[in-house]
Amino acid sequence: MSENIHFEKVIGVNGNMITVEFTAEVMQNEVAYVHVGGSRLKSEVIRVRGNRADLQVFESTVGLKVGDGVEFTGELLSVELGPGLLKRVYDGLQNPLNLLAEHSGFFLQRGVYLRALDKDDKWEWTPIAKPGDTVVAGDRLGSVPEGIITHYIMIPFSWQGEWKLESVTPAGSYTIDDTMAVAVNDRGERRNVTMTQYQPVKIPISDYAEKLLPEKTLITQQRTIDTFFPVAVGGTFCTPGPFGAGKTVLQHALSRYAEADVVIVAACGERAGEVVEILREYPELEDPRTGRSLMDRSIIICNTSSMPVAAREASVYTAVTLAEYYRQMGLNTLLLADSTSRWAQALREMSGRLEEIPGEEAFPAYLESLIASFYERAGLVKLRSGDTGSVTIGGAVSPAGGNFEEPVTQATLKVVGAFLGLSRERSDARRYPAIHPLESWSKYQSVVDSAELAFARNILRKGAEVNSMMKVIGEEGTAIEDFVIYLKSEFLDYVYLQQNTFDEVDAANGADRQRNTFALVQSVLRKEFSFTDKDDARRYFLGLRQLCMDLNYLREGSEEYKQQYAAIQLKINESGDK
Amino acid sequence: MRKVYHKIIHIAGNVITVEADGVGYNELAEVTSRRGTSLAQVIRLDNGKVSLQVFAGARGIGTNDQVRFLGRTMEVSGSENLLGRVFNGRGYPRDGKPEILSDMIAIGAPSVNPAKRVIPRKMIRTNIPMIDVFNTLVESQKLPIFSIAGEPYNELLARIALQAEVDVIVLGGMGIKYDDYLIFKRTLDEHGALSRTVMFIHTAADPTVECLMVPDMALAVAEAYALKGKRVLTLLTDMTNFSDALKEIAITMEQIPATRGYPGDLYSQLAARYEKAVDFDGAGSITILGVTTMPGDDVTHPVPDNTGYITEGQFYLRNGRIEPFGSLSRLKQQVNGRTRSDHRAIMDAMIRLYADYKSTVEKQSMGFKMSGWDNKLLKYGKRFESEMMNLSVNIPLEDALDLGWKILADCFEPTEVGIKTDLIEQYWPKEA
Repeated sequence: MSENIHFEKVIGVNGNMITVEFTAEVMQNEVAYVHVGGSRLKSEVIRVRGNRADLQVFESTVGLKVGDGVEFTGELLSVELGPGLLKRVYDGLQNPLNLLAEHSGFFLQRGVYLRALDKDDKWEWTPIAKPGDTVVAGDRLGSVPEGIITHYIMIPFSWQGEWKLESVTPAGSYTIDDTMAVAVNDRGERRNVTMTQYQPVKIPISDYAEKLLPEKTLITQQRTIDTFFPVAVGGTFCTPGPFGAGKTVLQHALSRYAEADVVIVAACGERAGEVVEILREYPELEDPRTGRSLMDRSIIICNTSSMPVAAREASVYTAVTLAEYYRQMGLNTLLLADSTSRWAQALREMSGRLEEIPGEEAFPAYLESLIASFYERAGLVKLRSGDTGSVTIGGAVSPAGGNFEEPVTQATLKVVGAFLGLSRERSDARRYPAIHPLESWSKYQSVVDSAELAFARNILRKGAEVNSMMKVIGEEGTAIEDFVIYLKSEFLDYVYLQQNTFDEVDAANGADRQRNTFALVQSVLRKEFSFTDKDDARRYFLGLRQLCMDLNYLREGSEEYKQQYAAIQLKINESGDK
Repeated sequence: MRKVYHKIIHIAGNVITVEADGVGYNELAEVTSRRGTSLAQVIRLDNGKVSLQVFAGARGIGTNDQVRFLGRTMEVSGSENLLGRVFNGRGYPRDGKPEILSDMIAIGAPSVNPAKRVIPRKMIRTNIPMIDVFNTLVESQKLPIFSIAGEPYNELLARIALQAEVDVIVLGGMGIKYDDYLIFKRTLDEHGALSRTVMFIHTAADPTVECLMVPDMALAVAEAYALKGKRVLTLLTDMTNFSDALKEIAITMEQIPATRGYPGDLYSQLAARYEKAVDFDGAGSITILGVTTMPGDDVTHPVPDNTGYITEGQFYLRNGRIEPFGSLSRLKQQVNGRTRSDHRAIMDAMIRLYADYKSTVEKQSMGFKMSGWDNKLLKYGKRFESEMMNLSVNIPLEDALDLGWKILADCFEPTEVGIKTDLIEQYWPKEA
């Protein structure tokens, strides 16, 4: 498509936005390169007015001059899709960071772009389609094994109409650029299919038969989430919270323990140090479901806060496009974006430079619709092959001042299926995860029975009421029955809601273990106790709490676990004899 | 030879606009007026119009004054000779000694490739229990002290700097009182640390815009040393002044403000500085300790709020004590698992109980009868405040942990503290 390339000139620079006067056709969201001092800086058209186009530059604009050349490519901002994406660490524009480090050393040199996939890697190709088959965009031609998954090579999603396969390459070992098939259409156009294709990031891959209602629980192995505020396979959720409430720790726990086939972590405008933990630790950690390294199922998109702002905006789209691609192979993908507020701020910065009329808190008026269309890219779909695949999206939100009334949180709440609100009050009291048990909600199916769950929720609600009442009328003025409800709610909080992410055993609870522990806790909640006085009641519950907390630290199925479980049951039953 | 321009067409606040061509974005210029020569930096290009922020302020600049572009961006020397020296916000010597022009490096260099970072694993011991036990400081961490005017934040900064085992200290002062500068200088001198310190000092009396360069210069120097394998501690005080200078320029440039007049890119601007904190894979490290004064003691003010989202925790300094609530070291988990097996348990249990104590105090102040449990908490809370929170306490981590067990044992029964049984068995002080 080289016929679309044309050169224009810079006429203005304002931060990372440049204005270009053009003579030939330009397209909204077209990619262009600014030539400055021997390097080419990637940029994207974000507004066109008369014969002037405003472009956001994905790099530092230091040294740019009026009159510098701009090369328009005629292409939209795209990512490369193909085998070898897993285990990679990319920046927001899909540059492999490890290779960049080999190329430029400690610092991210501007204007250096490397290919996302390795052109020399060999893949074991098994054809599925046969010469003579009629295919359309998204149809599977064959597959290659990529670590633990079967990676299907598909007809590029951008192809229009029907194509007839002239030839299909026989099984063997090939690189991503080798031709795997040749196709012709009825206009006589002939195209080669390789193992890779390019997909514009801002256009969803919509090649599936139908979208289904997400009903199955995505097991995250976090008790509070799976039991009280579950997330569905193909659903959406958000975790807003003030700084220090544990958003990132929670996201890391989800990325490690969630039972998804592919996990994509988009570290978008957050701290580099946190990404480094993932980069360095995941290759060493074992994924208990596969016995392979955790990195084998992960892709990290990392555009940390000090990296160029415009690329931050692109990074969430890059991430979701990769998630959709693996969904097309019949896999369940989980995208964790930390944090969507930084993405929104990138939009705000650009909107300010464009001098658009600002909405609330200077965010652009179209913020809400952009957030909605991003989360709408999640979903459980039935593919045309008959398989199902899903994209689950979890976004951390960092509300200014910890106030959930701000525009990004509000816009997000409108479109997600579960709201896991983190509270400063709980994190101050070191009650982690600090997901607020009364303010959070979920529309999805829990791992435990819903009637039992409602009972437990009710205890939490009443316990909180008693607690606030006690602050007014004092403990001595509280009836012992109410006081026991308060103790029950505290018990539930300590032994079930709170979970120690830093303990090897307690960090992850499968669905069965959750049901077992929940049943135990529930037997305490449902029991009618009779205590002589409040101190007696408190002593009893503190003792019980200690036993149950110790249980949480024991490996399921071990001898100690069984003994402890039985001991607790005994203690619960005994107390009824009073 | 560089061309000189004489046609200044717009002057507003500390920003001037001149008609010129062939000028690069962020390039430096010298503006010469009857008040002397000042540096200025290009902040917008619009066809032939070039806008510059003038570091010494635009006061007294005439429409016919001359602007000479230097063809380069701001640079600072990364030479070893900087040690023991003091510079001002423009990078000129403040101590009367000669300028250093060797090993010049550009400030505001690109971001470190995350793939070249390593996970920080080295604890910085401060002998302050509120830091060592509860919010351990880690090498390469970026951490601000949230405080209000009048609190001894600069003293705390200096104390940590002296206690920490680092090779080089770089101090960036923005809008600080001249007295504070002298106190820093004296404290460092008294402890023999001045010869491993570089200072960039912008005092409250200097032109506001000049403080914009201070963090970048300080961090560029820190980076140069870190790349040579040095462990560098950078102190930045006070980042709120820096943010206010950003606000001033943004308003002058008629940018649409986001919250309370601050520009929408405040987060990115602060992050670009704090993210310089790094532990290089195969070289030294940069640790950043900052000070953020909170106007009106309001943590939701845009500066502390954005800072909190960027930094790896924060220390709240209030009433001369580091508050346990809100204070946080995000990197503590990297090191406190390998100090002593009871470290994490003591840390969590003591804070949880202190939170309970706080609500008991509330109840007590409302005149309610105190239960047996309440009385235990009251006893505990008072001892925690006087023996742990007090900033004059100066003991190593291990002693502080032992002290923690002692306080717990003096106030509670083993089952009441919410610690795993095996740890209780190992550490709970035996009755004498």
